[in-house]
Amino acid sequence: MPLSDLFAPVKLHIPDGFLSPLVSVVGWVLAVAAIAYALRQTRGQLGSKQIPLMGVLAAFIFAAQAINFPVAGGTSGHLLGGTLAAIILGPWAAVLVMTAVIGVQALLFQDGGLLVLGFNIVNMGVLTAFTGHFLYQALKRMLGTGRSSLLAAGAVGAWLSVIVGAMATAVELAFSGTTPLGVALPAMAGVHVLIGIGEALITVGALGFIFATRRDLLDLGEKAPAKATANWVGVGLGFALLVAIFSFAASRQPDGLERVAEDTGFLGTALDPNYKLLPDYTIPFIGNELLSGILAVVVGTLVVFGIGWVVARIQAKSAA
Amino acid sequence: MHINLADQHHRGSSLIHRLDPRTKLIGTLLFIVAATVLPPGAWLPYGLLFAASLVVAQRTGLGTGFALRRSFVALPFALAAITLPFTVPGEGLARLGPLTISAEGLVRFASILIKSWVSVQMAILMTYTTAFPELLWGLRALRLPPTLVAIISFMYRYLFVLADEALRLTRARAARSGAGADRRRTGGGVVWRGKVAGGMVGNLTLRAFERSERIHDAMVARGYQGEMRMLDTPHLHDADRSALVGWVTFLAMTLLIGFVF
Amino acid sequence: MATIEIHDLKFNYPDGHPALLGVSLTVKPGERVALVGPNGAGKSTLMLHLNGILQGQGQLRVCGWSLDNGHLGQVRAAVGLVFQDPDDQLFSPTVYEDVAFGPLHMGLPVAEVRQRVDRALRAVGMSEYAGRVSHHLSVGEKKRIAIATVLSMDAQLLVLDEPTAGLDPRARRGIINLLRELPQTVLASTHDLLFVRELFPRMVIMDKGRIVADGATAALLADQALLEAHGLELPR
Repeated sequence: MPLSDLFAPVKLHIPDGFLSPLVSVVGWVLAVAAIAYALRQTRGQLGSKQIPLMGVLAAFIFAAQAINFPVAGGTSGHLLGGTLAAIILGPWAAVLVMTAVIGVQALLFQDGGLLVLGFNIVNMGVLTAFTGHFLYQALKRMLGTGRSSLLAAGAVGAWLSVIVGAMATAVELAFSGTTPLGVALPAMAGVHVLIGIGEALITVGALGFIFATRRDLLDLGEKAPAKATANWVGVGLGFALLVAIFSFAASRQPDGLERVAEDTGFLGTALDPNYKLLPDYTIPFIGNELLSGILAVVVGTLVVFGIGWVVARIQAKSAA
Repeated sequence: MHINLADQHHRGSSLIHRLDPRTKLIGTLLFIVAATVLPPGAWLPYGLLFAASLVVAQRTGLGTGFALRRSFVALPFALAAITLPFTVPGEGLARLGPLTISAEGLVRFASILIKSWVSVQMAILMTYTTAFPELLWGLRALRLPPTLVAIISFMYRYLFVLADEALRLTRARAARSGAGADRRRTGGGVVWRGKVAGGMVGNLTLRAFERSERIHDAMVARGYQGEMRMLDTPHLHDADRSALVGWVTFLAMTLLIGFVF
Repeated sequence: MATIEIHDLKFNYPDGHPALLGVSLTVKPGERVALVGPNGAGKSTLMLHLNGILQGQGQLRVCGWSLDNGHLGQVRAAVGLVFQDPDDQLFSPTVYEDVAFGPLHMGLPVAEVRQRVDRALRAVGMSEYAGRVSHHLSVGEKKRIAIATVLSMDAQLLVLDEPTAGLDPRARRGIINLLRELPQTVLASTHDLLFVRELFPRMVIMDKGRIVADGATAALLADQALLEAHGLELPR
């Protein structure tokens, strides 16, 4: 590992040991579900081109992550690639491409652990792809399909995708008892507000180039299958993001959810010498509304995902 | 970043090298699960796991220190857990300004680092004793979706090609990154540099796409219709079975020690 | 002051394979020198040392700068390295941006950048191509633009890797005419011995990481045995 890696922007690849067993398992469940769905979706979309196209693009993302640019004082900006992949290929294919990249990084280079790989895939593959995709599509609808609109949409999508991935990482670390949420969330989100700019710049540069040379490649992502499902997933994420932002800004008065948590002893239990599978929240938060805010995010996201899934299935069944 | 994408696999004929990749994958994963599940402060089990990794390292013929030397990869991430000594309530050990360092916090912090460190070592040993195609074969045999495995396999094949192209692009950029008379203005601004990097990435995207189209044409020319056929998967050998049984027994005992004592 | 001064340069690849086994070379300002030899002789490797992309052991001064003193920025402004594959050289969306990259990186004011780009494109005869996308051009056109990308930096030394490789006769003639007009010091590696005979008074033969001959082109090209020994053939 070169010395420069120590000064590189905080990477989102979580190593083994930093997430609790329960959180790791949840991560795997989510990742497997996303991958399975993605496999089904993309087979229909790409046919026999599926494997060579996604394989080579996975190699591309991997290689592209090495093209960095100096930012300041020895640090450099570089690409994660989830949004770019989602814009070019559509979100589900992007999930597969990023899974391949992140999986191999973990297997071959120990960049990220194996047990925690589930959430690494979710954070850096699924969340980034869908956040980027949804924002890109939404902004395109608002701004039009001219060159500058596409670039602006891509920039915002890329920027936010990194922040969302970072926030998710922070939440997972907090739920594992590794880092208090009040430290992790602002730190990760804050840092990635800056790092996301690098992602946005490179994504925009790439999109501009592709727009100028082979615009038809951008259309490939447009025709991505089950756009309805993808949009619902995007809506869920957008909702979650909004709630997260609001919970940050929320007042410091304990709300109902938190009162319940206090009453049931969920908060403030003493650290037991014997290990519990569920980590305790004796870690003092900067403000307890953060916990309730995050719980709201999680609950809200699950609810919207659930609705979206059901709706999409109903739509699919009625269309079939 | 990993510009030097030399195959990590170190050739050898040790017992470990010759194990079925499935055995190694499962063994490594179980090891990491055991490490993760152990409670904080379970020093004896941690020591046992560490000893096990040393023994395995020695048996690979790569040297006991092999994985050790390469295991500090996750070091920067240690920062994520650095708050633990200060935030976990418990018996105070020392003060650092307004913050108190607690024994429990230190224990938690050290435990996470040790678990992570030990897990990485086992993962390294698995990687370095298994050729990547074998690793993929093992994953496929363990029921990973064949399409995903095929995608990874293609990615690996073209990784070097595209990484090479990326390297040449960055060299071309370096070659024209001259310093002007005014040193302060050299470099052209962060936003510009970002856009240049983006253009290079876009360039690479195009090359990747066009290459994949050529590859697809070549595959179709040889009868490909979308299914990756693979040869049959043989059963595990006796050596693998006994190795797995022994390994699981060892891990179970370690866990027992960790939870009971 | 010599433009290139190399004493006993040695370089091994990361995997240990030796690429340069002690190369010494002096090139004076304004000279035109051709570097010939079989593939794998170390020509490209040597060229990559001239702007610090590779760093070996031994003494190396280029355009008055010593590369081990951290003067990479100045060196890269003074040395225009043109890669063999123009696709590697042209990494920007448009021709204009590629030619402008060098001066922009040097921090020059926009007006001067524009001037330099126009001058460079005119020098290679590609002024009308400024707005084009490099990706879609022919090999010959790309090679000219690649040369323009280093001319815009006002490089004193041009280092060209196989400038005529892959070109049809017309494009090749265009490159030869172009190079004939340029006043800079030129070091070019090539397999094209007719090109060498036409444009380069001095020839250096490399083989297996060493320089095996260095002298007047006419004399060396007349030495059949020497050419054969190092895998070179002069078309009759």
